[in-house]
Amino acid sequence: MLGLEYLNQERAPILEALKKMKAARLVPFDVPGHKRGRGNKELVEFLGQDCLDVDVNSMKMLDNLCHPVSVIRDAEKLAAEAFGATNSFLMVGGTTSSVQAMVLSTVKPGEKIILPRNVHRSAINALILSGATPIYINPQVDERLGISLGMKTAEVIDAMKKNPDAKAVLVNNPTYYGICSDIETLTKAAHAHGMKLLADEAHGTQLYFSSKLPKSAMSVGADMAAVSVHKSGGSLTQSSILLTGENINTGYVHQIINLTQSTSASYLLMSSLDISRRNLALHGEEIFDGVIELTEYARNEINSLGGYYAYGAEMINGDSVFDFDTTKLSICTLAIGLAGIEVYDILRDEYDIQMELGDIANILAYISIGDRKKDIERLVSALADIKRNYRKDPSKLLKLEYIDPIVDATPKEAFYANKKSLPLEETVGETAAEFVMCYPPGIPVLAPGERVTKEILDYIRYAKRKGCQITGPEDMSIEHLQVIRD
Amino acid sequence: MELWFTEQHTPNVKFSIKVDKQLFSEVSEFQRVDIFDSAEFGRILVLDGRVQITEKDEFIYHEMITHVPMCVNPAIKKVLIVGGGDGGTARELLKYDTIEKIDLIEIDAVVVEACKKFIPQTAGCLDNPRVNVFFEDGLKFIRRVEDEYDLIIVDSTDPFGPGEGLFTKEFYGNCSHALHADGILVNQHENPYYQRDAVAMQRAHKRIISSFLISRVYQCHIPTYPSGHWLFGFASKKFHPVEGVDFRRWKNLNLQTKYYNTKLHRGAFYLPTYVEKLLLEVEDK
Repeated sequence: MLGLEYLNQERAPILEALKKMKAARLVPFDVPGHKRGRGNKELVEFLGQDCLDVDVNSMKMLDNLCHPVSVIRDAEKLAAEAFGATNSFLMVGGTTSSVQAMVLSTVKPGEKIILPRNVHRSAINALILSGATPIYINPQVDERLGISLGMKTAEVIDAMKKNPDAKAVLVNNPTYYGICSDIETLTKAAHAHGMKLLADEAHGTQLYFSSKLPKSAMSVGADMAAVSVHKSGGSLTQSSILLTGENINTGYVHQIINLTQSTSASYLLMSSLDISRRNLALHGEEIFDGVIELTEYARNEINSLGGYYAYGAEMINGDSVFDFDTTKLSICTLAIGLAGIEVYDILRDEYDIQMELGDIANILAYISIGDRKKDIERLVSALADIKRNYRKDPSKLLKLEYIDPIVDATPKEAFYANKKSLPLEETVGETAAEFVMCYPPGIPVLAPGERVTKEILDYIRYAKRKGCQITGPEDMSIEHLQVIRD
Repeated sequence: MELWFTEQHTPNVKFSIKVDKQLFSEVSEFQRVDIFDSAEFGRILVLDGRVQITEKDEFIYHEMITHVPMCVNPAIKKVLIVGGGDGGTARELLKYDTIEKIDLIEIDAVVVEACKKFIPQTAGCLDNPRVNVFFEDGLKFIRRVEDEYDLIIVDSTDPFGPGEGLFTKEFYGNCSHALHADGILVNQHENPYYQRDAVAMQRAHKRIISSFLISRVYQCHIPTYPSGHWLFGFASKKFHPVEGVDFRRWKNLNLQTKYYNTKLHRGAFYLPTYVEKLLLEVEDK
């Protein structure tokens, strides 16, 4: 463990320890069994010797994520400092595990949590695990763009007043599409009502390192935040950071995390968090200045093509779009007569361009630390070519309307209830026992416990026809849906 | 003392030229630019370690990329060169008095400046009033242009550096839009021999045929390029590159060339069997 005087953002304790470990040339009579790759030549050839050399297990010089006392603890301290939190936890089960740790740490079985309906499936999964009762706030919807916006501040405060026994409020900061609710006011209100404020910052790493972007959760005194460093921050897929504020009992959070976390946490993931944190802490402002500039350039170029609408800061309305993360490049495609998912498919199949998501009305390009100007030129030019070659009559497209869920049961009750499987078209009026969602974005169309309606089925059928990847149900072909048996 | 420039044609094949001295070296915003002088090939322009032109053999590439389309349609007046910062392609085009305007879109000003200073054999023509040089990304330039050119020549680096975007469907699609209805697109099309280059060649061909009705490939032999065997693409919505071409008309122009002639023009479209097969593979899909 480093003394505080040596512990600064220039250091990367896990990286440094791994380098020392490599130099020590240990004889490995421990796991993993590939023994620095010697037992799996094909893996070495594919991933590289450098990678296999540090795919190791916890040992004295490398600390242990389940009980960090030295280099991992130092790395967590540095991460907490870099993100302006009281404490941080390196996470190796994706931001899904961070979101679940937030919910499970603050809401016990039967207790209430206030959250917008357009949360990621990981949040509702957490409700199944915890047995918490969701109090949904309907997000506002922009009908022209077919996307959910943020929560209106007054509606959330109203829900707090009506549910004074709720333990926590969960806020997306920002949404996949870059939209932020007024997290500062919501945090103050939550605290005034004795509730914890949890932030799903799966798309928010950059907020911590740029003065030109919306406020991060920790900067406004939120209690916990789940940050997907692997999305915009540059670490490896599946790595994440959980941040906690001063009023959170970290020992208890630790116990919650250890319920489900691997006891053989990957050093590839942890070192990637450590290296990324150092890079962001030292160069984040400059890096995200570049990302903002690149995204603004792309937005202007795309909007000048006509037909597409790449939306930005003009969306801000002071309430349901309290702020907008301008690093997000969402493009509405409806005016050229194509669903977002159709443009998404054409871009990949015909132009070798892989977008982050395509939904009914939009495509989204994830612009981050590693993007290049010339690739932006390719995207813009491909969109110009697609508009000329594929445009259709826009009046044939379905307009998205937000479908207000009717909640018959809590997600946990529905998930564990006796179920029957019905052909999709026969499920109207039944209570769903499983999720249905387009992935990405992974926001449930139906969550366990919600009533199936004709509008929902129409939406599912339309999304399927347009080529959305529908996930959730046990039946992979999505012909049948499990519902609660009475 | 011996000083050798070596280019890796593949991870297992090296090509070396004995260098007399290095005349220029700079890392620009886009790539590393070097110019060497050598006994065998004269001055050599190298981008990111890959030979672009040498004074001795550049005539082959530049004649074949220009005179083939100019012979097919002598009425060409407005030409766009994408890339071509060394000036060789523009020099050949300037042999035609009938060409009114040549726009040259080069991404890297350092290439043009270096060639003007050290390789005037090709770049000397870039100050000609019929040539307009713009420093911009070709992909960006082309998407703003509509029904403007008779001929577009893609004189780019290979698809693994700054020229990457010029081997894509979005580029060819936007080119098709920037050409007149009887326009022609000619592009440098890589070599068909080495695996990585052959795959790039196939991909480019596949992307071109989706944007142009007529699309043929022709070949030439260039001593300093990987495998020595080089391909060009000829694409048009109207003109076939051989059938119906009035070769006598080109001969009557009495232009001086060292590699190109009208018999070779015809012959260049006859390809080795394995190359035909590579092209057919992507045409069938």
